[in-house]
Amino acid sequence: MSTKGRVHGIIANLVIVQADGPVSQNEICFITSGATRLMAEVIKINGQNAYVQVFESTRGVKIGNEVEFAGHMLEVTLGPGILSKNYDGLQNDLDKMDGVFLKRGDYTHPLDPGKKWHFKPLAHVGDTVEAASWLGEVQENAMPHKIMVPFTFKGSYSIKSLAGEGDYTIDDTIAVLLDSNQQEHKVSMTQKWPVKVPITAYREKPRPFKLLETGVRTLDTLNPIVEGGTGFIPGPFGAGKTVLQHAISKQAEADIVIVAACGERANEVVEIFTEFPELEDKRTGRKLMERTTIIANTSNMPVAAREASVYTAMTLAEYYRSMGLRVLLMADSTSRWAQALREMSNRLEELPGPDAFPMDLPAIISNFYARAGYTYLKNGKTGSITFIGTVSPAGGNLKEPVTESTKKAARCFYALSQQRADSKRYPAVDPIDSYSKYLEYPEFAEYINERISDTWIDNVNEVKTMLQRGKETYDQINILGDDGVPIEYHVVYWKSEVIDSVICQQDGFDKIDQNCPMERQENILQNTLSIIRSNYQFETFIDVSAYFKKVINFMKQINYTEFQSEGYYKFENELKALLKEQNIDLG
Amino acid sequence: METKAFQKIYTKITQITKATCSLNATGVGNEELAMVNGKLAQVVKIIGDTVTLQVFGGTEGIPTNAEVTFLGKAPTLKVSDQLAGRFFNAYGDPIDGGPAVEGHEIEIGGPSVNPVRRKQPSELIATGIAGIDLNNTLVSGQKIPFFADPDQPYNQVMAMVALRAKADKIILGGMGLTNDDYLFYKNVFDNAGALDRIISFVNTTDNPPVERLLVPDMALTAAEYFAVQKNESVLVLLTDMTLYADALSIVSNRMDQIPSKDSMPGSLYSDLAKIYEKAVQFPAGGSITIIAVTTLSGGDITHAIPDNTGYITEGQLFLRRDTDIGKVIVDPFRSLSRLKQLVISKKTREDHAGVMSAAIRLFADAANAKTKQENGFDLTEYDERTLKFARDYSNRLLAIDVNVEIDEMIDTGWELFSKHFNKEEVGIKQTLVDKYWKNN
Ligand SMILES: Nc1ncnc2c1ncn2[C@@H]1O[C@H](COP(=O)(O)OP(=O)(O)OP(=O)(O)O)[C@@H](O)[C@H]1O
Ligand SMILES: [Mg+2]
Repeated sequence: MSTKGRVHGIIANLVIVQADGPVSQNEICFITSGATRLMAEVIKINGQNAYVQVFESTRGVKIGNEVEFAGHMLEVTLGPGILSKNYDGLQNDLDKMDGVFLKRGDYTHPLDPGKKWHFKPLAHVGDTVEAASWLGEVQENAMPHKIMVPFTFKGSYSIKSLAGEGDYTIDDTIAVLLDSNQQEHKVSMTQKWPVKVPITAYREKPRPFKLLETGVRTLDTLNPIVEGGTGFIPGPFGAGKTVLQHAISKQAEADIVIVAACGERANEVVEIFTEFPELEDKRTGRKLMERTTIIANTSNMPVAAREASVYTAMTLAEYYRSMGLRVLLMADSTSRWAQALREMSNRLEELPGPDAFPMDLPAIISNFYARAGYTYLKNGKTGSITFIGTVSPAGGNLKEPVTESTKKAARCFYALSQQRADSKRYPAVDPIDSYSKYLEYPEFAEYINERISDTWIDNVNEVKTMLQRGKETYDQINILGDDGVPIEYHVVYWKSEVIDSVICQQDGFDKIDQNCPMERQENILQNTLSIIRSNYQFETFIDVSAYFKKVINFMKQINYTEFQSEGYYKFENELKALLKEQNIDLG
Repeated sequence: METKAFQKIYTKITQITKATCSLNATGVGNEELAMVNGKLAQVVKIIGDTVTLQVFGGTEGIPTNAEVTFLGKAPTLKVSDQLAGRFFNAYGDPIDGGPAVEGHEIEIGGPSVNPVRRKQPSELIATGIAGIDLNNTLVSGQKIPFFADPDQPYNQVMAMVALRAKADKIILGGMGLTNDDYLFYKNVFDNAGALDRIISFVNTTDNPPVERLLVPDMALTAAEYFAVQKNESVLVLLTDMTLYADALSIVSNRMDQIPSKDSMPGSLYSDLAKIYEKAVQFPAGGSITIIAVTTLSGGDITHAIPDNTGYITEGQLFLRRDTDIGKVIVDPFRSLSRLKQLVISKKTREDHAGVMSAAIRLFADAANAKTKQENGFDLTEYDERTLKFARDYSNRLLAIDVNVEIDEMIDTGWELFSKHFNKEEVGIKQTLVDKYWKNN
């Protein structure tokens, strides 16, 4: 018999339920209000009172309304059919809902139960298997989707029978497994998993080391993120967090893209709906949307489901990682999730931490980031989740709990600066404040030495130092006046401007420039180094700026032109001629 | 509001604060309305049989033995075509002396649009103001506030925008409007012969502040009726959202909630997002566009109200007095319409984007020259020309008294470029320069 209860109190979307039996923390329950059943999650228990957060508006809920506990935590349904779906934070398929407006208590199936998938066995009868072992495979939008032993299975099993190649629905039995007591267990193509529990069915999680190419220069060249790495993008409103995240999702070298729109604008999700189905993936020739899943819990959708949405997204990512795929997970914005926690903690009258956020916010954030990572699966294959979250600090001030907690958890920090955004220096990532801890990893250095060159990291650091010097020099010029400093100061400043203009800045709306492959980035870095390492002769400070403006113009034109095309060489020759004036040879 | 027959009447209030009162009652639904001593109230909290009510009109003069009846429903509005041309208070009751509206009664603050059922906004809204149309083009289905200091003429600009916007309906949600401003809107709409397109829900400074909390939902419920049922393009004006947020903080503080930044409730982001996200382009053609006003104190946009607003809306429009020309302009640096790229040089002439960016860049050069000048450094000849350009640009394009078509704005841009600069200095794509450069 499942536990039942009755509503005893209502404070906005926090409801107090008097339960008649055992209840567990984070258990799901349903409140019957009139003709609708509202889903809720237990977040605190005190005696026989269960405090539940309702994933919907509680308008009309009355004292005494019936409550039914589900006996499980918030779960996602895993199986083929997740890709190219648009889900809400609780994994309801938004496309299956009727009407223009969302209806309370309208829960839809996340997968397509009637649909047949072409299954090919990978394992054999008699094989010993365990949770996450690959039994077979179906093609999901041309992606190999592994059918695995459910993650909930404990210990080892032997395969008693396995379906042959053929078409099956997600609920058909495709294997029968025998446990050590010779008990039979049926396995289908679908399974459930509680979102707040990490899926750890892998052998090992080493430190990540492989560069994840994003085509965004300020990341790849200056502060690279790696496959299975973590990063975050804090910035005031309008600084370009969402535009940068969208650029990374479109371009990064990932097999699967999962975007969690967590408490942000609906129109931005509509932009993804409109653009991604049109965008072609250069490597596969298929549309980007085919390997993308969107979790849309926009700011006007229920607040409690906002918190759930990031966990739902992470669990889906873990599922695909177990198949040996590279998953890119984006969450915009993790601050909205933290605010949802704050609203609840407030209603529970918990002792508040800084800025009224819950005391355990840092732990919640770091536990979440820890679920990302590069893994060796038990079969020796690899899979990864790269996670990048945005943070929306109140007043744009980075000294606030969410930014500070995230800084401790994420390894890459991409700080967007208001000043850069105001002067339209996009992407507005501050090249001096931002960092990537991976640059310090010996594993990463080793990988880069092999993949690019053993001077790469030193070169990158040289460029960063020059940016720093340029900034300091600029401040001096501003205090002392153009005439008040030696001409060399202007040269240093303009060298840093070259770096800023051709590496840091990148036109997100230009077809060519928006996506810069690593090969090109190497080329740009080489050219830039040749320019900043050289000495120049100038008569006046006005000549310095005039000269470097021309240099920058040619280099930008090069960035805008197709790599190694006719036009490309034309601009490169013009640049070479200009540098010849100063007796400089371009590598 | 009328009450239903056979209702249980309670007469024992156990607790009263400035905005709320509590009593013992049963069978009450969350967010249900009640009448307390003739004043409208709404259930905000129930624990066991203790019900807490938020009294919209304030609790002044409410005795502990006041009569309390529950109405069995959340706040509602009767919607029909009869709404057009009418003025209402925050409760949706007529204040223009006309009869009550008949129509379908629906709860305000209704559900959200399913994001997969939205369409990407794509219709340009022309206002004639170049600071908006040229630099920060508005699009139907957008939500955007004016960030303005209280002494700036934001109500005038908003009324102007509303009348020129060619919307099928204009819905005014006035919160804490002074009576003078209310009459101003009424007159402007009247003089423009636009009264039949206008619907107003107004809470003036004479009314209790907590009543304001109903205004945006009333206005947007009416908007949804016309946008969904009639496929009309509806423009909703919300002024002043800062006063709305102030009312939110009054209520949450009375309910002993722990305030977050600037004594605002922790839920401010969600509360404001619920309102602004009602802006939408429906697939069947109707749309709701929201233009709001958020007054700043001392220009501080890091305050919780403008800050949260900026994180929700699709850009913001800044008004600023340009002391060089003595006029109010739409500040090109701090203003941003995030949806402009959906229409600029797509629905407008091909050179729109180029002219817009070039002019703003040159205006920025002028600002730098000005700083140099103020710090006592010498100006170059180029600096001098940027300053002259800036004056012309402010006067002919940025000032809010400009009213021209977009093509003319773009032409004016070219005219100013050729007057003050050479082609290289303007830095627009060569093909466009060849086609549009004005040879004086
Ligand atoms: N790389 C870019 N190139 C050109 N314009 C950009 C770029 N990044 C941002 N912008 C401009 O800035 C606007 C705001 O960017 P975006 O929506 O990404 O900001 P945000 O940081 O996500 O803000 P919020 O916190 O309010 O969501 C965009 O609409 C666009 O006009
Ligand atoms: Mg954003």
